[in-house]
Amino acid sequence: MKQEISLKVNGDTYDLYIEPWRTLNEVLREDLNLTGTKLGCGSGDCGACTVMIDGKSVSSCLTLAVEANGKEILTVEGLAPSGEALHPIQEAFIEKGAIQCGFCTPGMELSALNLLKNNLEPNETEIRHAISGNLCRCTGYNKIVDAIADAGQRMKSQQ
Amino acid sequence: MPAPHFDYIAPTTVDEAVAALVKGGKDARVMAGGTDLMVKIRHRALFPKQLISLKRIDGLNAITFDEKSGLTIGATALLADVASHPVIRQHYPTVAEAAQSTANVQVRNMGTVVGNLCNASPSADNAPTLIALNATVNITGPNGTRSLPLDEFFRGPGLTALESGEIVTSIFVPMPPAHTGTAYISISQRGQLDCSAIGLGARVTLDGDRCTDVRIVVGACAPIPLRTKDAEKMLIGQELTDELIRKAAQKASDETSPITDVRASAAYRQKVTTVITIRALIDARKMAKRKK
Repeated sequence: MKQEISLKVNGDTYDLYIEPWRTLNEVLREDLNLTGTKLGCGSGDCGACTVMIDGKSVSSCLTLAVEANGKEILTVEGLAPSGEALHPIQEAFIEKGAIQCGFCTPGMELSALNLLKNNLEPNETEIRHAISGNLCRCTGYNKIVDAIADAGQRMKSQQ
Repeated sequence: MPAPHFDYIAPTTVDEAVAALVKGGKDARVMAGGTDLMVKIRHRALFPKQLISLKRIDGLNAITFDEKSGLTIGATALLADVASHPVIRQHYPTVAEAAQSTANVQVRNMGTVVGNLCNASPSADNAPTLIALNATVNITGPNGTRSLPLDEFFRGPGLTALESGEIVTSIFVPMPPAHTGTAYISISQRGQLDCSAIGLGARVTLDGDRCTDVRIVVGACAPIPLRTKDAEKMLIGQELTDELIRKAAQKASDETSPITDVRASAAYRQKVTTVITIRALIDARKMAKRKK
């Protein structure tokens, strides 16, 4: 039986009727057309589906949409403050060459935000721990680690 | 392939959740963080007709501490919250370490310590150190509440002592006695992200150099997180010398019955169990000597 839920995604409120077995990942991608959030392994290992719920990074593939009822969700589409300016994390990823195929990027950027929101000057170990739940098959990670450190500096200078 | 279909309810009290579980019977499953249950459902290993979420039950996510009695971790307290909790880090460092070494950031932001225990994987990261600390599980069911030593909770892979209609509402960890040291060591291929190939929780209580109480609990090397009681017996009442620790560690390894799987071979597990038991007992001894 469908349930009525209300999701606040990237600041916009959506009232939806959805089946209880559908994941937040499916609802974001299929109902709201927010396809920036990817689906990879479907078991919480790869991090491609990472979004933030009430300020904490989670795997949207393991989150039932009904469980996100009434919560604030941030996806990669909401990361940049406007349609024109990029978020400092996105600028740093571009500048440092931390993107190749791009499939892991939305999840990587949200995991980066989850780290940087509490710590703008993480060391390399902290960065690697923060992205241990995000797999990238292109970059070899080093440029992503550089980009996250750089993003912290950019965010700090904007404060 | 379409996803398995099920109903979802989120009761607001434990009694309502128990009533729903009794009514739903075998077709109903209790869910806390869902990080294990959802994987099983989506990969078609389980086909529940109804999920009963515990997340909307007020206060069930509480972490409370009393210096006289101990620590209580509610059923929906997140792994991330346990790992970063200042009181847990101070008084129960291995409980925080075990939570921190469970899965990855995202899963720790969703999953719970109690859920990790109820999933009853032999490799559950949080089981060895909690058994070593003599934790008990608080259970509510159709006939009221009861508590059970965590040591007696696990019955096999995926199997617990829970009877039908029963829900674990919290886990209680008593305040460790004076001069007690603990250690938790886990070995896995990918650091911490994947399931542990071996986990080891140790607790040592000393009176001077003499060991008055000890627990050695090995994860992922038997059908359940295993207390190696013969090895413990070798140490109780004795002076904890390096030589005795080495002998007891060998005994602990002999008591396990590991299998060969994707994470490690049986022979590797047996060899490394000895090594990390030695390390954990030496670490715990050091901490016990330091602690008043």
